[in-house]
Amino acid sequence: MARLNSSEDLERLRREILARRDPKKPCVAVCAGTGCLASGAADVVAAFRRELDARGLADKVALRGTGCHGFCEKGPIVVLDPEETCYLQATPADVPEIIEKSLMGKEVVERLLYVDPQTKEKTVREPDIPFYKHQKRMVFGPNRKLDPRNIEDYLAIGGYRALARALFERTPEQVILEVKESRLRGRGGAGFLTGVKWEFARRAAGKPKYVVVNCDEGDPGAYMDRSLMEGNPHAVLEGLLIGAYAIGAHEGFFYVRQEYPLAVENLGIALRQAEEHGLLGKNILGSDFDFTAQVHRGAGAFVCGEETALLASLEGQAGEPKPRPPYPAVKGLWGKPTNINNVETWANVPLILNEGAAAFAAIGTAGSKGTKIFSLVGKIANTGLVEVPMGLPLRDVVFKIGGGIPGGRKFKAMQTGGPSGGCIPEELLDLPVGFDELTRAGSMMGSGGMIVMDEDTCMVDVARYFVDFLTEESCGKCVPCREGLRQMHRILTRITKGEGHEGDLETLQQLAETAQEASLCALGRTAPNPFLSTLRYFRDEYEAHIREKRCPALSCKALIHYWIDPAKCRACMLCLRKCPTQAIDGGKQRIHVIDQAKCTNCGTCFEVCPAKFGAVRKLSGVPVPPPIPEEQRTLVRARKQDE
Amino acid sequence: MDIQKVDQIIDKHGAEASALIQVLLEIQRENHWLPQEALARVAERLRVPASRIRHIATFYKAFSLVPKGRHEVHVCVGTACHVRGATRILDTLQDATGILPGETDAELKFSLETVNCLGCCALGPVMVVDGKTHGKLSPAAAADALKSYE
Repeated sequence: MARLNSSEDLERLRREILARRDPKKPCVAVCAGTGCLASGAADVVAAFRRELDARGLADKVALRGTGCHGFCEKGPIVVLDPEETCYLQATPADVPEIIEKSLMGKEVVERLLYVDPQTKEKTVREPDIPFYKHQKRMVFGPNRKLDPRNIEDYLAIGGYRALARALFERTPEQVILEVKESRLRGRGGAGFLTGVKWEFARRAAGKPKYVVVNCDEGDPGAYMDRSLMEGNPHAVLEGLLIGAYAIGAHEGFFYVRQEYPLAVENLGIALRQAEEHGLLGKNILGSDFDFTAQVHRGAGAFVCGEETALLASLEGQAGEPKPRPPYPAVKGLWGKPTNINNVETWANVPLILNEGAAAFAAIGTAGSKGTKIFSLVGKIANTGLVEVPMGLPLRDVVFKIGGGIPGGRKFKAMQTGGPSGGCIPEELLDLPVGFDELTRAGSMMGSGGMIVMDEDTCMVDVARYFVDFLTEESCGKCVPCREGLRQMHRILTRITKGEGHEGDLETLQQLAETAQEASLCALGRTAPNPFLSTLRYFRDEYEAHIREKRCPALSCKALIHYWIDPAKCRACMLCLRKCPTQAIDGGKQRIHVIDQAKCTNCGTCFEVCPAKFGAVRKLSGVPVPPPIPEEQRTLVRARKQDE
Repeated sequence: MDIQKVDQIIDKHGAEASALIQVLLEIQRENHWLPQEALARVAERLRVPASRIRHIATFYKAFSLVPKGRHEVHVCVGTACHVRGATRILDTLQDATGILPGETDAELKFSLETVNCLGCCALGPVMVVDGKTHGKLSPAAAADALKSYE
């Protein structure tokens, strides 16, 4: 590959790539993100390759393993372009039929289409599926059109044009001004204005300067950064290059969790290809701007998502945060001015230069501009990654895009902002999505996790879960976090076991306040949020646990008992056979009874009991009814009575 | 672990002290744990005190200072899996293997670990055994899945 030595070279190559591609040529795009791969996408790609070869169609049909499409619930996803026919949960066995009907013919394979759970209506085209229809996919959208391992795919959709524009048509100050005018705020959690952050780093004295991509996405239940990094690494790199030019940095680092091997791999390929094309290294695109980038793998420490801890880790130290100021913009990596932004923030930058700051700022609310990618997970029908304009009501995200709660259960709360965030109750669901809006509701935007909880989720247990997580992840440097969280965890655990007592909530509040006020870094300062927000909105659940030793969600293992309703049991033997501790007594025609002394509350019987019987029940806060006497256990079936 | 292999990894990173974490990650990946002789070699070649290596190896979760079992079981306890019942999966696996998270059984058959999020929340609750994903688990299905490993 000849290197590109000017903006004209770049455009010429782009024209060549497009001329070589026939937009009408059928293309099979199979999602090859981590979620779909886990559900077997690699086998689907292999089956397409094999079957297309066998039919001599390899030249006539393009096959592409793409970045994550976002609709993880229904993976593996296959989209046939240019019609955008979308097949869900495809298996290798479906491949021959897809080829014969939809590629060789014009038919649609009905059984693989999206079916609306309510209306049973089928949807053929991907953009018409409700999950996609209500989204605005400016940053995440290209994922589905790209093979992340092929730079030509990125160039074909206008890749690196924003970089050329920055290098040849803008001064660094103008680039910063444009990013400032877009009012882009950092997507990693704190929501600081990106342009202002860049300006600090540009103005800081000292050389060299560094730029860093924070892909240490540690919030459990959040994976949008991974999907961007895996699915469109060039967009992140392009943003980084533009930022480096604006700030005056010539060296950059990608800090990627080692738990994301595919992201590391695809990024490595992207960097190599960019270098071959003269988009990385010396005299980028023939300009006098030089830039090199390295990938650094994190080693598994949640606190390294905090920027000062991340920098310590980059230096090969333990990732312990340092007090700020000095901010990294002044004194960062190896004591030099450093600008750190999150993956999604960097990926927004090319968009701003391409579309203009005004167009970007036209989307969103007064304080939050553009779109945000959320990972919508938990008790939700359509688990996946969704990108929505700022300002969209949370209710639309849950019900229009997410398809509501599965199994006819009732929505209880949405947890946003990861372990530092909070829970938003049903009555606040009309809240528009935005940094300030979520903070006012006692939660936060964070990196974009949205964990939906239904009536079976215990909010005390959720608080205990997050405090447990942060107790484990506390680096141990300062006392309010290290010791305070440990005490909070002990008390919350006691409460979920039914051993809570009066005064616990007050002690928890004191510990929470101390951690908020006196911790060194954001991990400790925000750690009490999940507790405080659940207490604010679900105080009655705490009180039920403490005073009545009852778990209203019937979730806390120590506070519930399983009981078989003798009036409903049809003696089908299912639970009896599956019980791992042989705690169920009964037989054919004999009503089953759980021996409470043997029962470990594993819940297997509850799960296997057929829905039409619904005989196994969970009880909390009430005594378990005594087993019915032996002589009444023989099941008399209605039909037999008739005989 | 073969010291030559350790040297190769160190050379790849130019024997730079700042590459300590990257070097340890590669040793961990090759060998599944960090044996003392490998750490001593890293200390010597990178000119880093053994105490700092110990600090790093115990601070970051990716590292193990004890041998691992033949099969590594990673149970996701991320928030999405948690609300879908990951705790019950973990309880069942603890009963089935007789070990707690972070431990390896005496026959070196299984190592049990929890992970904070595997990022395939649509499949939750989920576990990964030797790189293979088992999704939409019930406690009984999780215990059954382990039976197929020798």
